[in-house]
Amino acid sequence: MKEIKFILNGKEVSVEADPLKRLLDVLREDKRMTGVKEGCGEGECGACSVLMNGVLVNSCMIPLGAVEEAEIVTPEGIRETEKGKLIIDAFGDAGAVQCGFCTPGMMMATEALLTINKTPEEEEIREALSGNLCRCTGYDLIVKGVQIASERGKDLW
Amino acid sequence: MVDSYRPKDLKEALSIRAEHGAMPLAGGTDLMVRYQSWTGTLPLFKNSIMFIGHLKEMKYIKKEAKDKTSTLVIGGTATLTSVANHPETPVVLKEAVLSIAAPALRNNATLTGNICNASPAGDSICALYALDAVIVIEKTGSRREVPITEFITGPGRTVLAESELVTAIKVPLKASSVNNFTKVGTRKANALSKLSFTGVADYKNGRVDSIALTFGAVGPTVVRSVELEKKLKGLSGSEIETKISAILEDYSTVIVPIDDQRSSAVYRKKVALNLLEKYLRELSRHE
Ligand SMILES: Cc1cc2nc3c(=O)[nH]c(=O)nc-3n(C[C@H](O)[C@H](O)[C@H](O)COP(=O)(O)OP(=O)(O)OC[C@H]3O[C@@H](n4cnc5c(N)ncnc54)[C@H](O)[C@@H]3O)c2cc1C
Ligand code: FES
Ligand code: FES
Repeated sequence: MKEIKFILNGKEVSVEADPLKRLLDVLREDKRMTGVKEGCGEGECGACSVLMNGVLVNSCMIPLGAVEEAEIVTPEGIRETEKGKLIIDAFGDAGAVQCGFCTPGMMMATEALLTINKTPEEEEIREALSGNLCRCTGYDLIVKGVQIASERGKDLW
Repeated sequence: MVDSYRPKDLKEALSIRAEHGAMPLAGGTDLMVRYQSWTGTLPLFKNSIMFIGHLKEMKYIKKEAKDKTSTLVIGGTATLTSVANHPETPVVLKEAVLSIAAPALRNNATLTGNICNASPAGDSICALYALDAVIVIEKTGSRREVPITEFITGPGRTVLAESELVTAIKVPLKASSVNNFTKVGTRKANALSKLSFTGVADYKNGRVDSIALTFGAVGPTVVRSVELEKKLKGLSGSEIETKISAILEDYSTVIVPIDDQRSSAVYRKKVALNLLEKYLRELSRHE
């Protein structure tokens, strides 16, 4: 056990745990951030997506010790922001959410994409979401959701 | 439960390596999956672990020029994303890196992790063989450089000693006008290679001046035949065209793939030779 400090959704937090514990488990169990989902646990599905120092990563493959001093943002951290609300509404209007399991990860991937590319082409959207699996929608509606978010959010990102 | 270390700099990392032989963990995308256990429980590492992904001294990519030759030096903790985005990265390496998994994984995984993992299906390895990459290895008080062909000794095996770390990968930047990296997988994202191919070549005065052809995932390590490449040097485009079937025959003796869960040997060999043929045709048209 060790005390490890990092920044979670803008606030400094400290966690007492084994540094080898997966960030995914730390977020869900110690921090009750259950917007972070576990799908595969091996880097294939993107349900566990979070931002680490501003870029998209899979929290199931990151041990706690590797995030010391890093900035982590979870779906809870963007949900209440203007950008987060805009993505949620855009997904809703596009019909991009069915069972919703993949949605938090898809939203994180969308936020990460629009941060580096405000007006992505369809191909670029598909590439940006290529690490996020969805069993329900067939992806087209999610791509539509990202397009709507990009149109409405021109002045935000 | 095993110990874990978080060195503050490279110097401390090397002394932890010397003292405890702790296994370096950079992006963790190989290690955390290889040793994963049940949800909510710790990964089942057998030895102590040392986090190195945060070490800033190795998180760089820079171009070095010396006596008319330039080299891209990629630091030991540079991520795949940073390699793909660097303007000087040779196109075959860029394409190989972009063929690995998906953005979230590439943002955290390192190029060094990909070569140290030494998987026969490691996509960057195929390109790095063709580019004559050199691996910089350090331990406390000493440093050595090893060509990638000698660095990797078998599937999952390298020459790295327990006290050492890879601190950089050097990629010579050479003129190259006909470049191709192709990966054959089951789908675009997150698929391990059934097979990969890299070709780089350059003409001078209408004759092949340099050429390298490598095949990944067809054997225990990447396949490259310097002898067969020598036979291609000095040929013109039209000479290459007339020799294509002879060249394919030569290569069919060095490409001896295996069957595994991802693909069969017969399929791999056929596809490897098809990719080579396609590349040779392109090459013959360029001169
Ligand atoms: C879903 C998924 C898809 C994948 N797809 C591909 C793919 O398409 N192609 C492909 O080639 N790979 C793929 N991989 C494998 C993996 O992501 C890559 O090999 C990656 O580059 C490893 O980098 P890392 O920093 O995460 O390595 P880590 O897991 O941190 O380390 C890997 C190995 O390298 C050693 N190591 C790391 N850094 C150093 C150093 N500086 N000195 C000495 N040893 C070191 C570690 O000890 C370990 O043995 C995939 C993995 C997953 C989970
Ligand atoms: S749970 Fe992390 S990628 Fe699937
Ligand atoms: S909406 Fe069900 S998995 Fe995507």
